[in-house]
Amino acid sequence: MTKSIEEINLKIRDGNAIVVTAEEMPDIVSELGEEGALREVDVVTTGTFGAMCSSGAFLNFGHADPPIRMERIWLNDVEAYAGIAAVDAYIGATQESTTEGSKYGGAHVIEDLVSGRQIELRAISKGTDCYPRRTITTELLLEDLNQAVMVNPRNAYQSYNAVINRSDRTLNTYMGMLLSNQGNISYSGAGLLSPLANDPTFNLIGSGVPLFLGGGEGVIVGEGTQSSPSNGFGTLMVSGDLNSMNPDYLRAASFTGYGVSLYVGLGIALPMLNVDTVKNCAVRDEDLITAIVDYGTPRRDRPVVRTVSYAELKSGHVEIDGELVRTSSMSSYSHARQVAHELKSLVEAGSFTVALPTRRINTGKRSHPMRETRQTPRIREIMNPAVVTITEDESVKTAARKLLKGETNHLPVIDLQGKLVGIITTYDVSKSVLLKGDSLKVSEIMSKKVVVVTPDEPVDVAAQRLEHHNISALPVVDSEFHVIGILNAVDLGKLFSRRWQP
Amino acid sequence: MKLFLTIQRDVLKRPLISQVVLETGVMINVERAHIDSNEGWVLIDVPENEEARISSRLTELGVQVKKLENAVVHDEHECVECGACLSICPQEVFSFDQEFHLVIKEERCILCGQCVCACPHQALSIRQ
Repeated sequence: MTKSIEEINLKIRDGNAIVVTAEEMPDIVSELGEEGALREVDVVTTGTFGAMCSSGAFLNFGHADPPIRMERIWLNDVEAYAGIAAVDAYIGATQESTTEGSKYGGAHVIEDLVSGRQIELRAISKGTDCYPRRTITTELLLEDLNQAVMVNPRNAYQSYNAVINRSDRTLNTYMGMLLSNQGNISYSGAGLLSPLANDPTFNLIGSGVPLFLGGGEGVIVGEGTQSSPSNGFGTLMVSGDLNSMNPDYLRAASFTGYGVSLYVGLGIALPMLNVDTVKNCAVRDEDLITAIVDYGTPRRDRPVVRTVSYAELKSGHVEIDGELVRTSSMSSYSHARQVAHELKSLVEAGSFTVALPTRRINTGKRSHPMRETRQTPRIREIMNPAVVTITEDESVKTAARKLLKGETNHLPVIDLQGKLVGIITTYDVSKSVLLKGDSLKVSEIMSKKVVVVTPDEPVDVAAQRLEHHNISALPVVDSEFHVIGILNAVDLGKLFSRRWQP
Repeated sequence: MKLFLTIQRDVLKRPLISQVVLETGVMINVERAHIDSNEGWVLIDVPENEEARISSRLTELGVQVKKLENAVVHDEHECVECGACLSICPQEVFSFDQEFHLVIKEERCILCGQCVCACPHQALSIRQ
């Protein structure tokens, strides 16, 4: 048995369509079988509600008198991209306020507009013969704009990695607060309610398909940026009119230590055309598997700790190394449900019809990392290989002499095999002389917990490490823990100040 | 039951809590404490049925005693029930019910403030 899209739309218009949410579908299929479910159900609604950083809106303000070609624009002190003619701008969700920093950003501007609040526009221009005006400041409401079109380049991820932190420091990330030593797990996505989880083959989801976006009706533009459906990480570019939207489904957020994002409620209604579409919508949280990756490694390729199902993630605990680790979701499941239910009511009421893609999304695509023609400098390139060390049995007096002679403030301490066992600084030596004279041995005053780097790590990692531990030098060690150099904050500072000069 | 004790400078140096434990024989759990040069505060947990006895004895000793109630201020309008607060709270104050709605057991709160930073929607604050 198959059903045509026209047949289903006819039933929707007549108010006779049978609509269920993607959460209800697995049990229906278990009970009635695939053929039975196909006969019974016409439309399955999906929904997700989560942080979608890659969001924003095109705004057209209309012309002022005398006219201005706005070159730089700030909306409530958040800069919008203005390199698109005279009075158009794109406000990106993650752009932060020049005055309030990460507490307020583009996402808040969008939420304020949709909530009917007034925003302040400031713009500057160099002035031209056709656009003589150089500055403008005005207050605007959403209704004062000619167009306010949300265009989100990357929304509705098909699946997303869960994250954990195996380092010894709490991390503040776009996946929320990650406690040290695998203290918690953070994940995102609505699991079985997620639109793309119910159409992983992109048979029903593609360009031109209508969707529920931020409380209004929008349309799928096509493949989202960084879309990678061949390995399960497809994304969508979506668009909709801000005037149709509702702040219940569009909420600005600010992540401590990271920045601003926009929570977007998004749902797609899937027509049940054949057995394959039914099968895809029968997916359960137990079937949706993602990886838990370690964000304690500050690199692109992060180690996978284990794989996990959405059922486990949603249970509140996941077992890692024999220990139950608590989970947090960054997206809202109760709101994702609300999206799916709202969309269900719209379809049932006959006010939301379905459509097939006018252009299919390429499911073979896989996103690749950035081509970098200039490798970020490695520690090896900027470290000082002429490092002065001291052995643990030497006296503090010898240490003082070495510190003076070497014109350094840090002495890595090594054992007889040449392995790093500690570090002493000018401060440690001065303190020890004051308290105990110079009779002590190095091993008695050294710090045993040494923060180190390896020669192949990027310099940016070293810069972060110096900052987090509030220290000014890092011994460089090889795989055997032999000291092969030292990295000073001063050298790093010189490098960074040089880097951004033209 | 949690009690929030404010201790003024004049009695700050005395081992007040130990004294009350010895006198009453009631086990007191010190959950958080902060002492500076002017005053100090201590958050203690005591059995519900012993609360009156402990409170009156501490008051006699010059300690200001306040029952800790409604410690977590939850802005229902801002909250989207994501669950960011669930795993970062050391006391498991936050959980979901069967329908994935947020449940707050504020009697467990020890005022650490971790959830205030972790909430992406700035929907949580701590009343002290």
